[in-house]
Amino acid sequence: MNARLLPYVLILPVTLFLAVFFLYPFALVAKQAFTQGAEFTFANFRDVASHWKFPISLKNTMLLAAAVVPVQLALALLMATMVNRMKKGRDLVLYVWTIPLGISDLAAGIIWLAIFEQSGFLNSMMSGLGLVDQPVNFLSYQNPMMVFVAIALAEIWRATAIMLVILVAGIGLIPKEYYEAAEVFGASPWQRFLRVTLPLLRPSLQTALILRVVLAFEVFAVVAALGGTLFPVLMGEIYSYQFDLQNGNAAAALALIVLGISIVFTLVILRALRVPKGATI
Amino acid sequence: MTAVTTDANPQDARKAGRIVYLAAVVLLCAWVLVPLYFLLINTLSSPEAVNSFPKSFFPAFDLGSLTFFANFGGMLSALKNSIIVAALTMVLSILIGAPAGYALSRFDFRGKELFRLLILLTRAFPLPLLALPLAVLFIRTGLDDTALGLALVHTTLAIPFAVLITFSLFSGIPIELEEAAWTLGCTRLTAFTKVVLPLILPGITASAIFAFVISWNEVFAAAVLTIENRTLTAFLLQTLGEAPLHLKFAGGFILVVPALIFIFAVRKYLFAMWGIANR
Repeated sequence: MNARLLPYVLILPVTLFLAVFFLYPFALVAKQAFTQGAEFTFANFRDVASHWKFPISLKNTMLLAAAVVPVQLALALLMATMVNRMKKGRDLVLYVWTIPLGISDLAAGIIWLAIFEQSGFLNSMMSGLGLVDQPVNFLSYQNPMMVFVAIALAEIWRATAIMLVILVAGIGLIPKEYYEAAEVFGASPWQRFLRVTLPLLRPSLQTALILRVVLAFEVFAVVAALGGTLFPVLMGEIYSYQFDLQNGNAAAALALIVLGISIVFTLVILRALRVPKGATI
Repeated sequence: MTAVTTDANPQDARKAGRIVYLAAVVLLCAWVLVPLYFLLINTLSSPEAVNSFPKSFFPAFDLGSLTFFANFGGMLSALKNSIIVAALTMVLSILIGAPAGYALSRFDFRGKELFRLLILLTRAFPLPLLALPLAVLFIRTGLDDTALGLALVHTTLAIPFAVLITFSLFSGIPIELEEAAWTLGCTRLTAFTKVVLPLILPGITASAIFAFVISWNEVFAAAVLTIENRTLTAFLLQTLGEAPLHLKFAGGFILVVPALIFIFAVRKYLFAMWGIANR
C-alpha cells in the first residue's frame, strides 16, 4: 500500500470511533444542557445551581479533592523515591504498592466499609483495647467528620497507586549522572530531591496531577458505599438527576459544570508546572 | 580520638536511617495489605459472623457468605455480564487502538500532533458522563441494555491507554528489524506478522488485560446503561442501600480478585507504559 496513505488508514478506526463515541455524545450533552423542549436556554443551569443540594455537593467534592490530592502527591513522591534506591525486593514492594491500581472505587468503598461500619474492625479494635464500651456508629449523620475521614482514607488508599506508577516511570527517565554530579558538589539527599528530582520530574508530575484531579472530581462509588446520602457529591447528584428525578437536561447541565471545573483545573496545573521551552532531559 | 568518634557517628546515623527506611517500607505495605486482609476475613466468615460484634481478626474459612452471594438472585448473571463486557472491551480496544499505536511509532504524517492531542484530550475528560446521551442514542439503535452497548462506552475509556501503550511498545522495537525483513523478501504485512507481532505479543496481552480491568471496574456508565443486564459493579451499586453486609463484602471480594491477578500479570509493563505516556 502507498506509504503516504498507510498511517491515515491505520489511525482511521480510532478517529472514527472517538468521533462517534466521544465527540458526538459530547455535542449531545452540550445540546441537552442548553435546551428545554426545543428552545435554547440557560434554565437548566439555573435550576441545577439553585437547587439546595448544589452548594453542598460542590463544597464536598472540592473539600475531598483538596484533602486527598496533596496527601496522595506527597505519599506517591515518598514511595517513588523509596523504591528508586531499593535493591532487594523492589519488584515485590512495587507489586504490593500498585495493587490498588486494579481495584475499583466501589470495591475500595466496600473494603473501607468493613473497617468503619458499626460492627466493623475499627470498632472491634477499639473495644478490644477497652477504648469504647459500645460499638460507635461512625458512618451516621451524627458523625459527619468521620464520614469525611473514612471517604478520604478510602480515596487515598485506592488512588495513590496511579500517581506512584507515573512518578516511578518518570524518575526512571532521569539520568543517574545528574545525581552523581550533585553528590560530587556536596548536595545532601534532601537537596538532591529538591534540586534534581523535582524539577526534572515536572512532566510526570503534570500528568499525574491532571489525571488525579480530574478523577477526584468524578468521585462517586466510594462515596456511595461509605456515605450514601450523608455526603452528597457532584457525580452522585448527576446520577440522581438522571434516575431518581428522570431529568436528563439537568443531569447534562451538571455534567457540563463538572467538565468545566475539570478543564479549569487542568489548565491551572498545565500552567503551574509548565516545562520551559527546549528544556528536556 | 576525635577521628574515631566522627567516624562512628555517621555510621550510627546510617544504621538508624536504614531502620527508619525499612520500617517505612513495611508500614506502607501494611497500609495497602491490611484493609484487603479485613475484606478477606469478612468474605471467609459465615453471614452471622459478619454481622456480629466484635469481629475476629482471623478468617474462619466458612464459605457461607460466598454461597449466599452465589445464590442471591441475579448475582451470577451479573458476574457473567461483567466478564462478557470486559472481554468485548478488551478485544475492541486492542483491535481499534493497536493500528493507531503502530502508525504513531512508525510514521511522521501531517496531523500527527492533532491526533495525539485528541487522544490525550479524552484522558482529561470525565468520560463516564458521556453515558448519559448515549443512553438515549442506544435506545434508538437497539443497543440499550446490551453488553455490546456498554462495551462500546468502556472502549472509549480504554482506547487512549491502548493507543499510548501500544505506541510505546512498538517504539521499543527497532525499525531496522522490519527493514531487514523487507530486504529478505517480506511485504510490509508479512514483516509485521512474522517479525514484529511475535515480539510484541506479551506487551499487547498486558495492555489488553489493562483494558479488561478498566471495564471490569467501571461503575457509573455501567449503572446508567444497563437495567436488566446489570454488570457486577452496577448490581452491587444498586443493592448498596438494602443489601446485607455479607453480600456486600462477598461481592467486593469477587470484584477485587481479578484485579490482584491482573496487576500481577502486567506488573512488568506498568512502568514502561507510563514512561512514554509522559512524553
